[in-house]
Amino acid sequence: MAPLLQVDNISVSFDGFKAINKLSFEIGETELRAIIGPNGAGKTTFMDIVTGLTRPDSGDVRWLGTNISLLKQSESQIAQLGIGRKFQKPTTFEAQTVYENLLMSLANNRNPFAVLAYRRSPRDEDRIDGIARQINLAESLDQFAGELSHGQKQWLEIGMLLAQDPKLLLVDEPAAGMTASERDVTVALLKELAQIRSVVVVEHDMEFIRELDCRVTVLHEGAVIAEGSMDFVTANQQVIDVYLGR
Amino acid sequence: MSKLFQETVLVQYLFRNPSILIFLGTLAGVCLAVTILGEGFGLGLISTSFIKTLGKTLCLCIIAIAMDLVWGFCGILSLGHFAFFALGGYMIGMWMMFARTKIIVIEAAKNNVLPPTPAEISEAVGTQIFGVVGGAEIPMVWAFADSLWAQIAFIVLVPGLLAYLFGWLAFRSRVNGVYLSILTQAMTLALSLYLLQNDSGFRGNNGLSGLQNVPGLDDVPQSILSITFFLVSGLALATTYLMAAAVVGSKLGNIIRGIRDNEARVRFLGYNVESYKLFIFVLTAMVAAVAGALYYPQAGIINPTELAPIASIYLAVWVAIGGRGRIYGAVIGAAFVSLLSSYFTSGQAPDIPLGFATIIWTDWWLILLGFSFVVVTIYAPQGLGGFIEKLARQEKG
Ligand SMILES: Nc1ncnc2c1ncn2[C@@H]1O[C@H](COP(=O)(O)OP(=O)(O)OP(=O)(O)O)[C@@H](O)[C@H]1O
Ligand SMILES: [Mg+2]
Repeated sequence: MAPLLQVDNISVSFDGFKAINKLSFEIGETELRAIIGPNGAGKTTFMDIVTGLTRPDSGDVRWLGTNISLLKQSESQIAQLGIGRKFQKPTTFEAQTVYENLLMSLANNRNPFAVLAYRRSPRDEDRIDGIARQINLAESLDQFAGELSHGQKQWLEIGMLLAQDPKLLLVDEPAAGMTASERDVTVALLKELAQIRSVVVVEHDMEFIRELDCRVTVLHEGAVIAEGSMDFVTANQQVIDVYLGR
Repeated sequence: MSKLFQETVLVQYLFRNPSILIFLGTLAGVCLAVTILGEGFGLGLISTSFIKTLGKTLCLCIIAIAMDLVWGFCGILSLGHFAFFALGGYMIGMWMMFARTKIIVIEAAKNNVLPPTPAEISEAVGTQIFGVVGGAEIPMVWAFADSLWAQIAFIVLVPGLLAYLFGWLAFRSRVNGVYLSILTQAMTLALSLYLLQNDSGFRGNNGLSGLQNVPGLDDVPQSILSITFFLVSGLALATTYLMAAAVVGSKLGNIIRGIRDNEARVRFLGYNVESYKLFIFVLTAMVAAVAGALYYPQAGIINPTELAPIASIYLAVWVAIGGRGRIYGAVIGAAFVSLLSSYFTSGQAPDIPLGFATIIWTDWWLILLGFSFVVVTIYAPQGLGGFIEKLARQEKG
């Protein structure tokens, strides 16, 4: 598996507090990776750095697809490179329909004039229909996103990421607030997504991580303390001490 | 054949969007009724001065649509759009004043033995126009004032360029929310102070006057001019409405509403939010300028007080009362509030004696307006438009 994203020795502190401390690791192409760790370990901050929301104090984040540093790119440029992000709190455009949410996300020309002149094409309609089926929202295309259930909003957000057709998906706590059956659907969805792209999942739900059945990275105080299979990391004494044992 | 096709496409479009059809129908009805009842072409039941008020109101509706696009749809609370409106007025006013003065100068020199040289004409025009600010030279900024087409181009180019520069600086630095609003107010104030200076070339606090007279049309009575300006303003309003509906209904409309509701999320979808804001800001500045260019010939005079920061705040109040995020709401708000305002402030409204005090509407109107704004903000955040939609829904269900 060729590496796709390389996090190289990054550190960031907020008002003197080190949220990320010399963090390094790599994500491979079409890899499914789970990141776990206690509250405040720096999991969300890591995603903020990769997507351009937070600039690290030192270190580098390299996008190996085109071998460039992400630290010099704006949020929208990073998104256009092919990095999609799902936030901890579901963020869809609630005043717009499911269809419109997906339409905006589709990987098309993002220049304002091109967007103004955009006409719906059969190809795009098919793509939206396909994604809607994949995320179980085919019946709800005309519904406002604000009217969806919490779980459906999470799926819509994943669907929006799919429509962007990213090479790397960062997914923050997708199972939070989901019912058991919604959770199972989500596991299947994430696994399917990782068939053709890299997916990084942050989650506290251990059962969920176990079902993902992938390599796990454990963060603590902004650094990696263990990495390996689920069984391997859960047997690690430090992981038990700082996270599982509590 | 292709014309027929286009017409059917437009007709189909209108039937798919009944609110546009209703709006255009109502506007056409109003224009027709005023033409028939008014002086100029019709029965003379509506006075020319009231036709001017109505025509000006239509222009205010146009700038309200611009405000709704930039604020109601894109979430940028600009408190500076009246600066662009006034700039548009100045641009057309310069031609009107210059061309008319030139005609008068040439007319006056007709009986001279020698015909005046271009230099003499230019000096006489300069003295006529700039004597009040103690000058005779024609300032640089008036270099193209003799050309109607150049000044028409400037109506959109000058405010468009100003909006572009301002927006580029502000949006690129990610100035948002109330800070942006304050910045737009500062821009308005700076521009008004600049125009107020005698040596900036815009006649200082005198402004431009006599704009009700169209150069070369001195024989045409005001009644005809007024109804013509009224109808042109109506046409401009209809065009603006269609344009705004097309923008809002396009995919760009989805993006700007997304920016309004969650700017960061739009960025993570890969859109360069700044260029979208800039696009809308410049577009609406140009629309505001066109509205101003139609307004001031009907008002007859423009001076730097037109750029008072408060005017742009009123604009936000109209749109809020009408209901932002719906184009017809902006139109209703602007028409309703500005007509009421001219009724109350013109002294036509009877005073109400309360014994201990008397309500004099010219003084009390602003208090009433401020109070209504508070009430609307708290109890009807969707404005009059939202109220209408609620009624329509109850009717259905
Ligand atoms: N913008 C910020 N300003 C100040 N402190 C911040 C900021 N962002 C994060 N932090 C702090 O950095 C630390 C790491 O936060 P982060 O959100 O990355 O943790 P997390 O691993 O995602 O935790 P959780 O599991 O609770 O989501 C926390 O202590 C947090 O308070
Ligand atoms: Mg987090």
